[in-house]
Amino acid sequence: MIKPAAFILLSISSLLPFSASQAVEYEFIGSLGAQGRYFTEQANDPQQTKSQLSVFAEPELYLQWNDGDDSFTAKPFLRVDSADDERTHFDIREAVWLHVQDDWELRVGINKVFWGVTETLHLVDIVNQTDGVESFDGEEKLGQPMVQFSLFKDWGYLDVFILPYFRERTFAGEEGRLRGQFKIDTDSAIYESSQEQNHIDFAANWRNTYDFLDLSLNVFKGTSREPEFVAKLDSTGEPTGELIPFYPQITQFGALVQYVNEAWLWKLETINRGGDTIDDYNAMVGGFEYTLVGIGDSTTDLGWVVEYAYDERDANEVATQNDISLAARIVMNDIDSTEILAGFSQDLEFSDSRALFIEANTRVGDSSKLIFDMWLFSGDDPQDISSQFEQEDFVQLSYEWYF
Amino acid sequence: MFKAKKQSSWLKLIVASSLVLITASFASHAEPANKGLEIAKERKARDQGWGDSESVSLMVLKNAQGDESVREMRIKALEVQGDGDKGLTIFDEPRDVKGSAFLNFSHVNKPDDQWLYLPALKRVKRIASRNKSGPFMGSEFAYEDLASFEVAKYTYKYLRDETVNGELCWVIESTPTDRYSGYTKQVTWIDQSEYRVQKIDFYDRKKSLLKTLIFDQYKLYLDKYWRAHKMTMTNHQTGKSTDMIAKEINFKVGLTDNDFNQNSLRRAR
Repeated sequence: MIKPAAFILLSISSLLPFSASQAVEYEFIGSLGAQGRYFTEQANDPQQTKSQLSVFAEPELYLQWNDGDDSFTAKPFLRVDSADDERTHFDIREAVWLHVQDDWELRVGINKVFWGVTETLHLVDIVNQTDGVESFDGEEKLGQPMVQFSLFKDWGYLDVFILPYFRERTFAGEEGRLRGQFKIDTDSAIYESSQEQNHIDFAANWRNTYDFLDLSLNVFKGTSREPEFVAKLDSTGEPTGELIPFYPQITQFGALVQYVNEAWLWKLETINRGGDTIDDYNAMVGGFEYTLVGIGDSTTDLGWVVEYAYDERDANEVATQNDISLAARIVMNDIDSTEILAGFSQDLEFSDSRALFIEANTRVGDSSKLIFDMWLFSGDDPQDISSQFEQEDFVQLSYEWYF
Repeated sequence: MFKAKKQSSWLKLIVASSLVLITASFASHAEPANKGLEIAKERKARDQGWGDSESVSLMVLKNAQGDESVREMRIKALEVQGDGDKGLTIFDEPRDVKGSAFLNFSHVNKPDDQWLYLPALKRVKRIASRNKSGPFMGSEFAYEDLASFEVAKYTYKYLRDETVNGELCWVIESTPTDRYSGYTKQVTWIDQSEYRVQKIDFYDRKKSLLKTLIFDQYKLYLDKYWRAHKMTMTNHQTGKSTDMIAKEINFKVGLTDNDFNQNSLRRAR
């Protein structure tokens, strides 16, 4: 295993102007930012905040040697939140050594891997745990310890993973928002496997491109990234009102297809998940993205994203059991790279259950971004798990500076 | 009789020479029909065999008020025989897009394959191939302006000779064969000394003049290949312009197909 300290010393020696060795190249970049969130309604639990401010830092150190055939990337992350103790958190997003050969690559360390093609839901993506306190849309992930061996041949790309340590999902704390009415006691998480977080998981992914068609098949065996919840009991056996995450052992098969045809991108992700303590189920998400370039003689592109999600589990277990999403993506193609994504999701089973979202960002000056997010929820049928968010409408403004 | 005979021979001579002249003038009218294509073929032929290259480039975006914004990128390119070239563009500036990378397989007879890598999400996104007429990085260059030149992408018509940038040029009208091109036609000035492009006028879908691209600071590489170190694209309709400046170009750096796939896109730095 590579010792990072040794490489930092090497990189410092390469900083010296008259250093004889130019073998190790380094790069230090990253971002710092501040974020404000405002919730328009008071939550049921009076402890929960109505607004929160936070700051974050995500520096990145990159070293390479052997003409770039070997490299090491370290990317810690820290957020400090004014209201939510659980959202104040530190994570190592990446600390990974990469070795590259002609037709294979090896990664050892903490890293992030993304599988998927759809926009509204990342069904197939399973290697990394979701950082649930970081963003509402589930796009932020925790660093995952792994050994990843990648092979590139005529028949496609094959990635094989050994995942020796499990990361628990993060949830908002008592004072935090976007947790629904239940407090989740992450310190008491329970596991199907007696090895708990030390269970070794395996995953493999094959993908290839055939002209206009992208195909991918994958398999995962190990601790489910998605917990189930059980009621926490006190010493007398009475429920405390808190929930405990339970992480079962699962086997998941995933498949995804993407077809490009002129201005259309057709997408489909499907999974089958089974295990000894869960019912086997299938789920899918699919749809299209259609882009109009240069609308009304301007340089603005308008893209339509339409996706439908189906899950065999009940609405009280999963929000995307029978839902359709429609969104418009406006890309201004201006100097400040302004983009706006606005849309809504509608539950087809519970007609009152829907969510409206806007994500917009633009560059400010040479190296800063201003990002606006808004989520509005409606639907109060207790049979639908998304009714948990009924009072969680929020607006969020973030400023990020890149160095 | 003699007189008449002589007259008739004069007549014959006149008729014959008129015919020659007419034929010659037909010939000179017929010539431009494929002269444009011949020039395009020679332009392509003279630029074959460069293999692979790596360059560092700046784009300086200017709006009508003169405000400037800078993009910095590195471009790796691989020549593909019998098809369009492969390109990998890695962005360094602005800082918020640092590490983003764009992979392009240019094709002659079908739409290009394009992928974009987003480092924050570790995600490779395929780009719908019809987006080629869109602006590249908010600049006045469209994706298609930066794709490799392939003879079959246009039909050609020679217009005239004209001197531009101090070079005697052939002026050729090129009509894109791809119906998703953002242009109805391009008028290209190619110099007669080295078959280098000196200037291109782009006409939009309404057939009005949209942009002009001027090539400047040509340098010779490997004793054969000319590369412009400065290209200035001016948009006549918005008053905006973009300078594309090549700071450094290196040829035959040893790139192969393996440097232009989705794996290399994911780890591009």
